[in-house]
Amino acid sequence: MSYINKPKVAHPSLPLNSLGMTRRQYEGSMSTLCAGCGHDSITAAVTEACWGLSMRPERLVKLSGIGCSSKTTAYFVSGAHGFNAVHGRMPSIASGANAANRELTYIGVSGDGDSLSIGIGQLVHVIRRNVNMLYLIENNGVYGLTKGQFSASADIGTKAKRGEVNATAPIDPVLLALSLGATFVARSFSGDKAQLVPLIQAGLRHNGFALIDVLSPCVTFNDHEGSTKSYTFARENYHAVVEADFVQPAEPIAVEYAAGESVPVKLHDGSQVVLRKLDPSYDPTDRSAAYAYIEAKLKKHEYVTGLIHIDENSTTEFHTLNHSATLPLNSIPFEKLTPGSAALDKLMNRYR
Amino acid sequence: MPNISAQANHVNDFVIKFSNVNGTGSASSNSLIMKSIFRMGVPVTGKNYFPSNIQGLPTWYEIRITRDGYAARASRIDIMVAMNAETYAKDVRELSSGGFLIYDSTWPRSSLLQRGDITVIGVPLAQLVNENFDGIRNRILLKNVAYAGVLAALIDVDLGVISGLLSESYGKKPKLLDSNTKALRLGYDYVRKNLSSPLPLRVEPMDKTRGSIMIDGNTAAGLGCVYAGATVGAWYPITPSTSLMDAFKGFCDRYRVDPQTGERNFAILQAEDEFAAIGMVLGAAWNGARAFTPTSGPGISLMNEFVGLAYYAEVPCVIFDVQRVGPSTGMPTRTQQSDIMLCAYASHGDTRHVLLFPANPEECFYLSVQAFDIAERLQTPVFVLSDLDIGMNDWMCPDLKWDDAYKPDRGKILSSEEIDKLEKFYRYVDRDDDAITYRTLPGVNPKGAYFTRGSGHNQYGVYTEDSAEYQGVLDRLKRKFSYAPRYLPKPIIVGKGGNEVGIVSIGSCDGAIREALDILGKQKIEVDYLRVRAFPFNHEVEQFLKSHATIFVVEQNRDAQLKALLTLETAVEKSKLFSILSYSGFPMSAEPVVNGIREKLAETPRLTVVKS
Repeated sequence: MSYINKPKVAHPSLPLNSLGMTRRQYEGSMSTLCAGCGHDSITAAVTEACWGLSMRPERLVKLSGIGCSSKTTAYFVSGAHGFNAVHGRMPSIASGANAANRELTYIGVSGDGDSLSIGIGQLVHVIRRNVNMLYLIENNGVYGLTKGQFSASADIGTKAKRGEVNATAPIDPVLLALSLGATFVARSFSGDKAQLVPLIQAGLRHNGFALIDVLSPCVTFNDHEGSTKSYTFARENYHAVVEADFVQPAEPIAVEYAAGESVPVKLHDGSQVVLRKLDPSYDPTDRSAAYAYIEAKLKKHEYVTGLIHIDENSTTEFHTLNHSATLPLNSIPFEKLTPGSAALDKLMNRYR
Repeated sequence: MPNISAQANHVNDFVIKFSNVNGTGSASSNSLIMKSIFRMGVPVTGKNYFPSNIQGLPTWYEIRITRDGYAARASRIDIMVAMNAETYAKDVRELSSGGFLIYDSTWPRSSLLQRGDITVIGVPLAQLVNENFDGIRNRILLKNVAYAGVLAALIDVDLGVISGLLSESYGKKPKLLDSNTKALRLGYDYVRKNLSSPLPLRVEPMDKTRGSIMIDGNTAAGLGCVYAGATVGAWYPITPSTSLMDAFKGFCDRYRVDPQTGERNFAILQAEDEFAAIGMVLGAAWNGARAFTPTSGPGISLMNEFVGLAYYAEVPCVIFDVQRVGPSTGMPTRTQQSDIMLCAYASHGDTRHVLLFPANPEECFYLSVQAFDIAERLQTPVFVLSDLDIGMNDWMCPDLKWDDAYKPDRGKILSSEEIDKLEKFYRYVDRDDDAITYRTLPGVNPKGAYFTRGSGHNQYGVYTEDSAEYQGVLDRLKRKFSYAPRYLPKPIIVGKGGNEVGIVSIGSCDGAIREALDILGKQKIEVDYLRVRAFPFNHEVEQFLKSHATIFVVEQNRDAQLKALLTLETAVEKSKLFSILSYSGFPMSAEPVVNGIREKLAETPRLTVVKS
């Protein structure tokens, strides 16, 4: 935990994005998490992703629940409003906020306890409702703030710091999201920034609910030998099946891809995700096949990362189904909302 | 049991109770009778006593024809329309002495004739309907219309008025109109031909319903939300609040859909539970929409967690609690006022909340609009405590009116330009010394960004574990609550104010109390009456409590929750307060109020309440 304040002056040679802003301007307050915490790497990836997207800070809305992971929304994009909700209930805040203003970009940061135990009901339903947001699970398999109890994502056989071995089957957020019909499902590792940044960018730009499950080792309570959520374990057992490159709307695709191995997917705003298949047989647009693939790999204790599933043609996004006004609901002039006295006088006849 | 005296004038002053099986279509037939009487210019009230069930269980509907315009349930039944053989015994027992029992004599029942003090009227309804109509479902539905015809003949309801209502309902379906009219005439003509009619209990046209409507509180509240400019409603279905969101949706479909594009200027989120419903409301309200949730006691229990966050983080929201009988699941289709304490102090830690108490559908409309203004002005949750009686029963109310000059009070929200002018924005700094701080909305200006949290924070909105900083915010919240009455509706006071005895009450007790005041007045017992309309209480409530020696607190719960709140939150001496409680689940009648006051006054003869 650090008490050092960040210097406010930025070096003039720092690179600028298209808004003329430096990466530093997308940072938040100083992290108070343990040194080496995976969450801080994810925070850095989010910062980088937002800078790279040249996002206006105030157009981002940061939401979280309770727990170590949920603290992190304070550590990036200080120019964005943040809402630190109650434990496990961030999805409902996100749903309501999104209903009120469909134009902003919503990022929810949660943990495995927040999302898979106390908040699993809300997670399930925010997926079902297909709220347009990016939902990051910073998954470390333990409760950090209460000192190391297993969470619902702890694998069978994983060992707690005090030696206890977990015997209860885990809930895998990726399989959960796939089974519920999420239109953007990814898995990554906090230590793989190169993979994570474009995934976050694509998730932010995806029209609908995007879930990224990020293994984020807890250096204090779950980074020892025998843990399946440690840095060492992740480096040995987490392997990409599909990498995603994010390409801005105006940007040409610069990299040459071997035929058959890359699939460009056009996003709602004109940007593109180019999927690089490391296993040529894998089809990330086929949800059932993706589910079967991930499940089979998990049985062999292999953790598949990358953009596991994407469906950019879905029409089930909340506002689409609701036929919401194009203008955000919070900006519609009052005169258009209230029917007025003449309408009321007329309506009274219905009740005589 | 009160007698129906042969001498008394029962024209436009009697009570009909319909005993039915639920799910058979009786409700529309009963409301046909009620609405017809209303259209004849005679004041009516309708009370529905229905089971928590969809089909097959007993259900009752009570229509009080009241030339004096009383809103409460009467404590007598003059005519029982007994259409449910399973409840005959109970229905016969319940009928007041001198009353009339109408039943289907297709199957004659000698057991119904055992009471010598009532008149039994048998009409072979099933036989009449079966001879004239085909199809089981059709016959069941039309038998209801036939008994409406019987009743119309017996109590002299204008057949033309009934036909007019039928035409309005079935105007576009001539087949249905024909069969309904025919069924109506079957019952009506049978009575005219075979029985002596009308009864001494009958309806005569008056002119006392002009400028009035019959409406239920949930419809009025839903309409209020539309007029207030609410754009986001989130809810989890629960009796008896469901029809509030149904009404909101119905009115939005009518007034909030762009006819050209079909685009909707509203969003209704049916949540997975009440945790989520209130969370959605907070998210939307925090993001600048007017948002609300309708629920009932069990929903409030679940919402407690978020209500505490809304209080502490100062997020405006409007919560309708259409109260039903508790504790736990209780009796979902019966009425009570038993969530007062639950709402006043909802959530853990030091929390106190603004409560509004509408007494009828009219106030449901106006107070729901006001609730949004108060919530945004004070940046805090506002509970509108209605109940099943107000919410789901049809009440006669003056026409609802709208002032086109109304502008919503959105409270202290800074625009982008205002934010730019600030050196720095701090969310919880009391700049105006009124304990209400400025908020900013997401998406507007990066300089206005702040972090909303339920964890300990200082006036700058920054996390703190520093005692002084924490207490600074908590003390301001207390101050804000103490200033709240200036924004809240004032109590309604009835009476000269100089009497020694007073009544303090809330919400739907109003009808019973006003009727009781009339009855007591005729006995020369003069009592003042104050109806609380909001919590925290204002100085007028305090003054009333101070200036009356004996105060009856009338409410519909077992534990005297309003009385408890008065003793906690005002300077009143507890020994001055006496409870009159009604918690049967049925709407309150004047009887317990009159009896309660008379009995107490008989015990304490020193009180000078009887004016000579």
